[in-house]
Amino acid sequence: MDTHRHLDDELSSLRDRVLLLGGEAEQALERAMYSLTERDSEVARQVLEHDDRVDHLEVEIDRQCIDIIALRQPAARDLRFVISVAKMAPVLERIADHACNIARAAIDLNNEPELKSVLDLSRMADHALKMLRSSLDAFTSGDAIRAREIIKSDSEINDLYNHTFHRLIELMVTEPATATRDARLLFVAKHLERIGDYVTDICELTVYMAEAAFIKHTT
Amino acid sequence: MPVQTVAPKIEVRERRADNTPPQQETGKTKVAVRDLDFFYGRVQALHSISVEIPERIVMAFIGPSGCGKSTFLRTLNRMNDVIPATRVGGQVLIDERDIYAPGTDVVELRRKVGMVFQKSNPFPKSIFDNVAYGLRINRLTKSNSELAGRVEQALKDAALWNEVKDRLKTSALSLSGGQQQRLCIARALAIRPEVLLMDEPASALDPIATSKIEELIFDLKKQYTIVIVTHNMQQAARVSDTTAFFLLGKLIEVNSTEKMFTAPNEKLTEDYITGRFG
Repeated sequence: MDTHRHLDDELSSLRDRVLLLGGEAEQALERAMYSLTERDSEVARQVLEHDDRVDHLEVEIDRQCIDIIALRQPAARDLRFVISVAKMAPVLERIADHACNIARAAIDLNNEPELKSVLDLSRMADHALKMLRSSLDAFTSGDAIRAREIIKSDSEINDLYNHTFHRLIELMVTEPATATRDARLLFVAKHLERIGDYVTDICELTVYMAEAAFIKHTT
Repeated sequence: MPVQTVAPKIEVRERRADNTPPQQETGKTKVAVRDLDFFYGRVQALHSISVEIPERIVMAFIGPSGCGKSTFLRTLNRMNDVIPATRVGGQVLIDERDIYAPGTDVVELRRKVGMVFQKSNPFPKSIFDNVAYGLRINRLTKSNSELAGRVEQALKDAALWNEVKDRLKTSALSLSGGQQQRLCIARALAIRPEVLLMDEPASALDPIATSKIEELIFDLKKQYTIVIVTHNMQQAARVSDTTAFFLLGKLIEVNSTEKMFTAPNEKLTEDYITGRFG
């Protein structure tokens, strides 16, 4: 039947687009962290410049979801997919926004002497990136089991954040001259911790999409 | 003003947009169908159907053409009896009484279980006489004033009164398609049935007339148990509390309408609802 082939095409295009947005968010985070650890402000500026494309993609996805709901009236798994994508797109856009904030912090910090505590943040960022990639894979394959595992792994980012927080506060006390830079790194750590939370949101949406189960606010 | 030392309590209050009291939960089974088989000659059209329909809800039956949903609907007031060489097995209990038991008064049954068809079928009579028809032939009123009152009430219940009150003596055939269908609903309501069967009642109507019928169904469920067959899945989603999916004469799934349209239990249901059937 042609009607459902059209719908399948549209859902497939929507999936491609949200994965593209996911890829953009992932790349923004990776490059922002690179600019911080490698002290490359040019890369940070590229992340900021590229953010318009991310915003544009989010709006496109929004529009596409509304069109599908209005014109195709999806039901059951199709409806759950469209709703999940509609809620996922702003989450991915916010992850990219956090990456931009990290890039801004990198530009500021790169003008100052280097701090060793940046290395702790690399571990957090690696974990956040791993979670983000896995969450997009779980979404693509509709793998609710994997999504649930990723949600559990958010505690590792929280632990790393707590560790980094205490370490940076300690540094502020012991080396007051670095306090401003430590504070900036603290913000970076907070951005990474928030990204972990957003990845959790993505996984909750994947569970909803796959199993029609609402697990938000239940863990 | 005294200083407030106790934090205000968080109260959860139910708010209803229309200020109506919370709906009474009845839960009582109005219609219980058990292992129902139906045959047109040697062709089996329904296979061991079992379903319970609680009172004062709207239950929608969906499924592709020829799946048996209309046949099933007609078994609920024995409308299939008029088709030659048909046979029924199993039970249909209405208020716990088997309507296929020997000695059942079929006229009384159809008074209790009214029906509205896909195509409006007003009699070539006045609007008033159409609605009064069932009351007259069943001698359900004792005076003309009582008859007029019942006709008025039925037209009001069918949301048609305001449109026809000044022309009750004009021909029912002068009404628009949507009005004719509501007139047929009024005609069915006039004899005060307890169950209302609707076989695609809005399939021939434009969106505005359809919307009026749907609003009417929503209002009528406060008083009646409504069973509707529809090809329009959005309509089933809009008007019904419970949805049942038929396929090849079998009842595949019965579920709350919300669940049916967001996360059905059966893959066959999901395939049908998402348009991937076949």
